[in-house]
Amino acid sequence: MKDTLTPDTPVLHARGISKFFPGTIALDDVELRLMPGEVHALLGENGAGKSTLIKCLTGAYRRDAGTLLLDGREIDPVSTADSQRLGIGTVYQEVNLLPNLTVAENLFLGRQPTRAGFIMRRQMNAEARAVLAGYGLSLDPAEPLAAYSVAIQQVIAIARAVEMSGKVLILDEPTASLDHDEVQLLFDVVRQVKARGLAVVFITHFLDQVFAISDRATVLRNGRVVGECLLAEMTQRDVVTMMLGRHLEARTKARDTGAAGKTLVEIADLGKRGLIAPFSLNIREGEVVGLAGLLGSGRTETANLIFGAVQADQGRVMLRGQEIAIKTPRDAVAHRFALCPEDRKLDGIVGDLSVRDNIILALQARQGWMRPIPRAKVEEIAQTYVRALDIRLASLDMPIRLLSGGNQQKALLARWLATNPDLLILDEPTRGIDVGAHAEIVALIEQLRADGMALLVASSELEELVAYSTRVLVLRDRQQVRELVGDQITPDNIINAIAIEEVA
Amino acid sequence: MTSQTVGPRPSIMRRILPQLVILIVALALNVAVFPEFFQIDFRNGRLFGNLIDVLNRGAPVALLCIGMTLVIATKGIDLSVGAVMAIAGAVAASVVVEGHGWGMALLAALAAGGLCGLWNGFLVAVLRIQPIVATLVLMVAGRGIAQLVTEGKILTFDNAGLIHLGAGTVAGLPTPILIWLALGALVTCVVRKTALGMLIEAIGINERSSRLAGINSRVLLVCVYLVSGLCAALAGVIVAADIKGADANNAGLWLELDAILAVVIGGNSLLGGRFSIVASLIGALIIQSINSVILLSGLPPEFNLVIKALLILGILVIQSPRIGTYIYMLKASGPQPQPDAPPIRSTKEETAR
Amino acid sequence: MIRSTHLPLLITLATFVLAYALCASAYPAMLSLRVVANLLTDNAFLGIAAVGMTFVILSGGIDLSIGSVIAFTGVFLAVILRDTSLHPLAAFALVLLLTTGFGTVMGATIHYLEMPPFIVTLAGMFLARGAAYVLSTESVPITHEFYDTLQGLYWKIDGARFRLIGGLMVLTFIVGILVAHRTRFGQNVYALGGGEQAAKLMGVPVARTTIGIYAVSGGLAGLSGIVFSLYTSAGYSLATVGVELEAIAAVVIGGTLLTGGYGFVGGTLFGILIMGLIQTYIVFDGTLSSWWTKIVIGGLLFAFILLQKGLTWAAKKRAAQARMRTATGSAALS
Repeated sequence: MKDTLTPDTPVLHARGISKFFPGTIALDDVELRLMPGEVHALLGENGAGKSTLIKCLTGAYRRDAGTLLLDGREIDPVSTADSQRLGIGTVYQEVNLLPNLTVAENLFLGRQPTRAGFIMRRQMNAEARAVLAGYGLSLDPAEPLAAYSVAIQQVIAIARAVEMSGKVLILDEPTASLDHDEVQLLFDVVRQVKARGLAVVFITHFLDQVFAISDRATVLRNGRVVGECLLAEMTQRDVVTMMLGRHLEARTKARDTGAAGKTLVEIADLGKRGLIAPFSLNIREGEVVGLAGLLGSGRTETANLIFGAVQADQGRVMLRGQEIAIKTPRDAVAHRFALCPEDRKLDGIVGDLSVRDNIILALQARQGWMRPIPRAKVEEIAQTYVRALDIRLASLDMPIRLLSGGNQQKALLARWLATNPDLLILDEPTRGIDVGAHAEIVALIEQLRADGMALLVASSELEELVAYSTRVLVLRDRQQVRELVGDQITPDNIINAIAIEEVA
Repeated sequence: MTSQTVGPRPSIMRRILPQLVILIVALALNVAVFPEFFQIDFRNGRLFGNLIDVLNRGAPVALLCIGMTLVIATKGIDLSVGAVMAIAGAVAASVVVEGHGWGMALLAALAAGGLCGLWNGFLVAVLRIQPIVATLVLMVAGRGIAQLVTEGKILTFDNAGLIHLGAGTVAGLPTPILIWLALGALVTCVVRKTALGMLIEAIGINERSSRLAGINSRVLLVCVYLVSGLCAALAGVIVAADIKGADANNAGLWLELDAILAVVIGGNSLLGGRFSIVASLIGALIIQSINSVILLSGLPPEFNLVIKALLILGILVIQSPRIGTYIYMLKASGPQPQPDAPPIRSTKEETAR
Repeated sequence: MIRSTHLPLLITLATFVLAYALCASAYPAMLSLRVVANLLTDNAFLGIAAVGMTFVILSGGIDLSIGSVIAFTGVFLAVILRDTSLHPLAAFALVLLLTTGFGTVMGATIHYLEMPPFIVTLAGMFLARGAAYVLSTESVPITHEFYDTLQGLYWKIDGARFRLIGGLMVLTFIVGILVAHRTRFGQNVYALGGGEQAAKLMGVPVARTTIGIYAVSGGLAGLSGIVFSLYTSAGYSLATVGVELEAIAAVVIGGTLLTGGYGFVGGTLFGILIMGLIQTYIVFDGTLSSWWTKIVIGGLLFAFILLQKGLTWAAKKRAAQARMRTATGSAALS
């Protein structure tokens, strides 16, 4: 590792940070140097120790070893409020601000201008307006926060963190639920913050965004620092190699162009006003139809509409030439449809139930409560899928929430495979899971297709879509804009399909 | 509470062990203040004894907590059961006063209770109103409705059949005991021998996921409130039969709180999920045993509520998640667990939806 | 400017005006100042307790103990004044200290033991009621010249007597409104109701605020008990059963969301007055039985719950649309 330090002293210097949890070493002698006026990406796979490190910096966790130097002085934050006061502000992906309070109240919570103990609202609103104007936002600070979009809420959260702390700004996956334009809006704000001389820590899964905004990066793997580098001197490939500790073998794609089977599902003009424009779609047996598009383009909405999770207000669905009515997920399950949802925690797992119960849940729901699946049969089904999908667990009796993300995703796949579906809809099947499980799930999709199942897969990872799709539908602004078949399916073509519409 | 939701599904004995221990302690206290507590006589074709009394007087709360357990398992709560008891008692009384038979009265009361349950279920499952809010409506209005039925009077009756339900015996045992034992066994059987129990737990833990897995959560939710309404109706009839009259003002007053307490003492989480009806029933018996201790010890009945309150606090402190974490830390006594990790299911988060 | 969050309050106000208009059209006598004065006097204790309940509900909690605390306060005062020579003012201070302390302990239990407020305050309800029983199961009359003095204080306009306790309620509301909307404590209460996790991350002192909220509720229940003892000149351990329910109903009818985070202390005053109007109407009517009060209040509660549901739903829909708009045209913003 070459020395990439600038001559300045770091704003924040974490040295020899270690954190132990029962049975594991979460952080082992980690060093992090944040320079003033830089955006510093913190990279690593899930479980590499990024969030543990952040929690040690912000005082949410007590570190077990190591020192924190802020402007050369040793600090020891005991809570997030404490670190905020010291100068370290954090913006998280979700739990950020309070939707029921006004914008100004959110900005000034805990440090409202007061006279004789009473808050001076007018002054507070005026100051809020001035602060936000500094970030290019012109809005009414007396409106409740909930009246504004997620992107604007994120900017307000950043403004709050910067105004309160002013030395270090930690952005923990701030872009996860933003679309392309919103990310640009956010980046503009980050650049302003950087220009003010703050050190910004940026955590994200999107490597493109890392390279777009960051100056330097610290890469973590298994709780250790594997390198600190200037990003201008690196390629994405280098970074991935550092994160994974091995070279990604270029996936050779031998597209199986074997003709798909009979048409299974014909969807005609299915849509819902205000949610997604009517679309038509045929899916044949032994075919993987990919849904591509930016976040918010209507991928998830398409999947939900077909599965009845959201009820369509127009159009029809034909199954093997017969019209069927899908009003609820129950109807869909009865017709042997299956949906692995995007938000695993909220829409997928039933956290406190055992892995076993989670696996048989959909099958049992389809059978109805009157006909319980015999215990021996339950055991057999669960064991089969644990083995087939290589779900790593201590016991089938474990609550599923204790499994890692990848294993939860596999258990959810098992839930739906146990119902022996004809059409399997996967919404972001590889989001937020580690690389090993990622590859296994991609392989599984190919396997299921070869076995003659019809699959509809929505994903934001283009490489992945290209790898397994036999057709790709490109969505933009909640409309289907392009269908790509066979050799047309390349990441470039997908991006072009999205971009062309943008020009038009 | 925490130890039961983490780790393998414990056997029924392990699940109800803490409740059994508390019950035994409560019964031992009874014996301590009144050595003949366990003595049971057979006179005039009826069993007499303090133990029988505990079982008999515990019947209303035991009945209520059967339905309440299911409701709480779906992350709900039914505040209206006390008011529903008053309505059911009033309906039963007015039916026999008009000269119909006890069977008719029972059916009418059950129908009234069922209707109340359906109303609650409709508010919760269809209009998606938070259970505590939805059932508050009937809790407030219910006694007014009951008074409407009785026209503000205490409706007394002397129908032998109806009185038998509350004060009679079958084979020497007071009828209420048989009713709650039978209903408890029946409901436990139905939920555990079918997949119903698991599906109810799934809804309580994560309704969105459950719905997406194809579970008909709406119908199940309506059903648990219906069952709760029916249990309350039965309890209301028993209470009315016991005093041979329907008192719209006082019948079942605050019993919803006792029923919720029984469920909580039974180790069922108010946040929904895993449940045990048997444990709740033991909880109901614990409450009644405590009442009995106070009665037998000759303490002024005024102390009843104070002691009950302290008991609740004691049991809750033991079950408190924070104390659980603390004990875990003592046991591990090495590296700290992650108390600051955001809870998997926070109450606020769930109610917000 | 009218904001969407003010809508429930406006609807409560409109309901009050409409209800009053209906009452007045049926019984013009209800327009008199005397009725207004009585409305304030008769609902004073409920109103004061409801202010505390508003804070609790705004923070996303609930306090089931207030009815029992009011009864306990009454019995405590009656017994103290009967058995000791303590001056009522000293007794008031003592009982306020006790009830505030009681609320503090409940708040601490809720926060530190992470137990649901519902259960903790349920235990508190039993405890306070039990303590009242232990003090006396009989109704204890209060006879003290200072009580007579206080009860004799009123402000007379056109034959209508605005009594001290009604004024105390109005004062409590004014202070409550100021605290809720113009102090950091009040903002922290709203913050807790908006989401405890987020509030904690934003540096809200969760422990202090939670404990403070239940202390306020306990203290106001104590004040309400003092007012109730002035109103009835007696302390009875079986009094004010179910007042917590009426307070909750008044808060909801006053436009506060039962799940916390949204609402106004001022709305609760009108919730109280609407409920008082219903009672007054039934008294004026004379043929309607008293149980209709419960049924009408239950119906009103239902209507307001539905309304809140509808507004929340509409707000969600608007937010979704705002989301779509930024998805298509956020260029305009940057």
